Amino acid sequence: MKANLILSNVLLGKFAVLTLLVGLVAGCNELSKDTAEPDPVGGPALVRVLTESQYRATIRDIFGEDVPVNGRFNKPIRSHGLNAVGSSEAGFSPAALEQYVISALGIAEHLVDEGRFNELTPCDLPAGEVVNERCLREFVSEVGYRLFRRPVSDEQLARFVSQAQFAQATLASPYAGLRYALVSMLTAPEFLLRVERVEPRSHRDDLAELDAYSKAERLSFFLANTSPDQALLEAAAKGALDIPEKLSQHVERLLDAPTLDAAVRAFFSDMLGFGAFDELVKDLDLYPAYNTTVALDAQEQTLRDIVRHLIKQNGDYRDLFTLRTTELTRPLGVVYRLPVASRNGWELTKFQEPNRLGIQSHLSFLALHSHPGRSSPTLRGASIREIFLCQEVPDPPADVDFSAVQSAPTDTIKTGRDRLQMHNNEPSCSGCHKIMDPPGLVLENFDGIGQFRQTESGAVIDASGDLDGVTYQDHQGFAQALRNHREAPRCVVEKMYRYAIGRDTVWKERYYMDYLIKSFEEQGYRITELMRSIALSENFFSIANPAVAEFAGQEEESL
Amino acid sequence: MKKLNRRGFLRGTLNGLTLGVALPVLDCFLTDSGKAFADTGARIPTRFGTWIWGCGHIPELWIPSSQGHNYEMPPHLASLQPYRHKLAVLSGFDVKLDGVPNKPHVTGCLGLRTGVPVPNTTVKAPTLDVLIADVIGAQTRFRSIELSTSGAKKSYSYRGPDSPNPSEISPMDLYQRLFVDGFQNPNNRSFKPDPEFMVQKSVLSGVQEERRRLLKLVGTGDRARLDEYFTSIREIEQKLAFQLEPPAPVEGFSLPGAPEAWSNDPTMENVMAKHKVMAELLARALQSQQTHVFNVLLSDTASNLRRPGTTSTYHTLTHEEPEDLVLGYQREVAWFAEQSMFAWRDFVAALDSIPEGNGTLLDNCIVLAHSDCSVAKSHAVDGIPMMIAGTGGGRIKTGFHLAGNADPITRVGLTLQQVMGVQTSTWGTMSMQTNRAVTDLLV
Repeated sequence: MKANLILSNVLLGKFAVLTLLVGLVAGCNELSKDTAEPDPVGGPALVRVLTESQYRATIRDIFGEDVPVNGRFNKPIRSHGLNAVGSSEAGFSPAALEQYVISALGIAEHLVDEGRFNELTPCDLPAGEVVNERCLREFVSEVGYRLFRRPVSDEQLARFVSQAQFAQATLASPYAGLRYALVSMLTAPEFLLRVERVEPRSHRDDLAELDAYSKAERLSFFLANTSPDQALLEAAAKGALDIPEKLSQHVERLLDAPTLDAAVRAFFSDMLGFGAFDELVKDLDLYPAYNTTVALDAQEQTLRDIVRHLIKQNGDYRDLFTLRTTELTRPLGVVYRLPVASRNGWELTKFQEPNRLGIQSHLSFLALHSHPGRSSPTLRGASIREIFLCQEVPDPPADVDFSAVQSAPTDTIKTGRDRLQMHNNEPSCSGCHKIMDPPGLVLENFDGIGQFRQTESGAVIDASGDLDGVTYQDHQGFAQALRNHREAPRCVVEKMYRYAIGRDTVWKERYYMDYLIKSFEEQGYRITELMRSIALSENFFSIANPAVAEFAGQEEESL
Repeated sequence: MKKLNRRGFLRGTLNGLTLGVALPVLDCFLTDSGKAFADTGARIPTRFGTWIWGCGHIPELWIPSSQGHNYEMPPHLASLQPYRHKLAVLSGFDVKLDGVPNKPHVTGCLGLRTGVPVPNTTVKAPTLDVLIADVIGAQTRFRSIELSTSGAKKSYSYRGPDSPNPSEISPMDLYQRLFVDGFQNPNNRSFKPDPEFMVQKSVLSGVQEERRRLLKLVGTGDRARLDEYFTSIREIEQKLAFQLEPPAPVEGFSLPGAPEAWSNDPTMENVMAKHKVMAELLARALQSQQTHVFNVLLSDTASNLRRPGTTSTYHTLTHEEPEDLVLGYQREVAWFAEQSMFAWRDFVAALDSIPEGNGTLLDNCIVLAHSDCSVAKSHAVDGIPMMIAGTGGGRIKTGFHLAGNADPITRVGLTLQQVMGVQTSTWGTMSMQTNRAVTDLLV
């Protein structure tokens, strides 16, 4: 904080000036209490596994669009509602590593086949010839710099070069040395893991911060969902990211870059849990309109709407819950029952059905939070609470007897509401079901894949209810209530910050959260403003001091 | 220059082994007992695996009415009659919760596999298959192989929290891993080590030089995760080392054909057929010693199995289907429960169909089959049904039904670890802690 900087300078200065300035500083604090960023808190430095989309983007950026990634990626670990948080908790099984080796070999082989190594090395390479040491060193330094997101150390350089030489000596295949230098780097922990480095802060005892390259890394993955580019790495090398004006220039550059779309997509597909589409199945007899194309298009539809509304139109985040404009493909048009003229590709259109509005009425939400053969007000209700409002819904009690909740419609039980009514007579159930059911029952007008319906088993669906005190008759009313729910913007702010830093927030960070939420509100709930606020805040790069202490202690410890 | 010496050695190995001729192993090369290969004296290895089915059992249809060897086969086990002498049926062993919240379908499953009940998937100890693989897994190309047949990307094999050993869900991917990438047919007459593997191995072993430096950079919690990376690297190196050695010939081994593409649809019919294909691939992998440890997940514990055209899954049925007043149990649920036992029969049959030594591959395996709960409707974790197939080459006894009388279920896990060579005298925590092996199983 600037105030602290002034204070520490003052301590070196004259006592008389001190008293004067202390008064000033205190006054400043009073004035800026509501608008200034609270003192940074910081959490631990993290070790994060590169996500699949980050891995793919990095390979594409460095080696080109067409380079294949053949290995399969592990199912991500989800924690605190985000794979991004899970990425700093996930382990590294042999099976996962096996797949990274497969990817590395495939990438290297492709570069040989396409004769691409010539472009990646500063020296002239006659095909099949043994590459000299100087050339190997240059290749490792340059490509390693990009892959490791920091300069390759001398030890690493020596290791990769000697491995390349061993490969050249053992194998007769062309570019064997470059190929295996690359395989070594692509399987190295410095590439696959984001190991955050910390350095002490000169003017603070209680806090440390990320080192320059870790800052560049956090920034780039947050604002571009890919590894830092040359410009950002150079800025890190020069210490430019420690200077607020320079940092701001880079943040602006990234916010203006086309990669911002990818970053926003990555965040929302994580928040919305789209990874679960991998395992989603629907009964084909009951839902003949559902297929793999529909599943992929449904995710793309939501992400397109998000990017168009939040980025292209710089819209209010809350309006995502009432948005009627959307983009559809023809297979999606079948499920939404909307005509899509173009045979291939996306078409801008508008939902006609009065109750179809907002991303919570998209297939990507409705189908994902349903059973294979029917809708689920409980899964949907819990997901509305957890995904959009950050409200945790506990697991059901283990010893509960569910048998009152009939699955087959009988004379009296026809709709999902009828089935769930049973829970409300059972005190051990009703506690949670009263929280989960209303936001789920209002979506009962959409079946197990999201097709609109007025009735279920011949009975008219009653979609009315109330969301935390706001009553509604149908989904239109609910969408408004969700849009105006005070937890909705708060939730996206918290998730965005957790996503950016890769961990859950700590208790002391609640003041900072309040600050972010207030700025988000003042800026009209613009997502890019939120991303800017986070990226430029001191909290973003801060690391709690115990981490530094632990570090120092480890130096002597034998490992 | 230590590094260069090692590489020089490797290169020497390569030059020395450009061509190797291996002899087939015939039964006449085995010792009289049939438990070892006579020419080398090497014992036929004991394989260990687990086989999980979700949503428990219908006790009155599954638990034999009497104990011992002469029990009458209950209706849901009827299809296993041909294998009854190779099976131990274990009923009435409990996961003791000691106040830990019971996360439905998870706490029971991981409790019996780790000895410590947990209210989520954050395990507090490795699962028993990992402990056993730590003893016997280093003898093979893969430390263990996991598969899941219902399309669920789930695994209940954990070394540590948030670190499941992921399951293969596609027969094609399983085949690719086992029999294509780096596979050496044990019966090929000539063996030529692929120098690419040698370079790959050298590349990966070099990573260990980073270990100390990187571990210093991170906090205590992340050290275990980073260390797991380095352990995994070692395992890939080990895998490559096996690929550089001429494989031991295996009599009767024939390379299975590549499977077709399978849908992930968890309809019972699709899963049964896919499970059979995957079980047969696994059996061939065990026969040719690609791995000695495996974990099979028939259906997830909150079972996603279903019948086409219906609105419910097996799991939702367990909670929603009313009891049939005449039968006294849930009719549809019973159908899935019985189908699960048919799948288990298929699995046992796949292992038993491969001759090995004086018996079959199954005889040299110990397979623990278990569910996640006893009665799914109430998520009960007392009396979780279990079976053991195979004697592991005579390491344990089978052919009987034993009622656990509410003993901690860890007694079974402890016994299996001990017979598989894990050096431990107790296992589990609090009420689950035990030092009592199941004597009926012991030889």
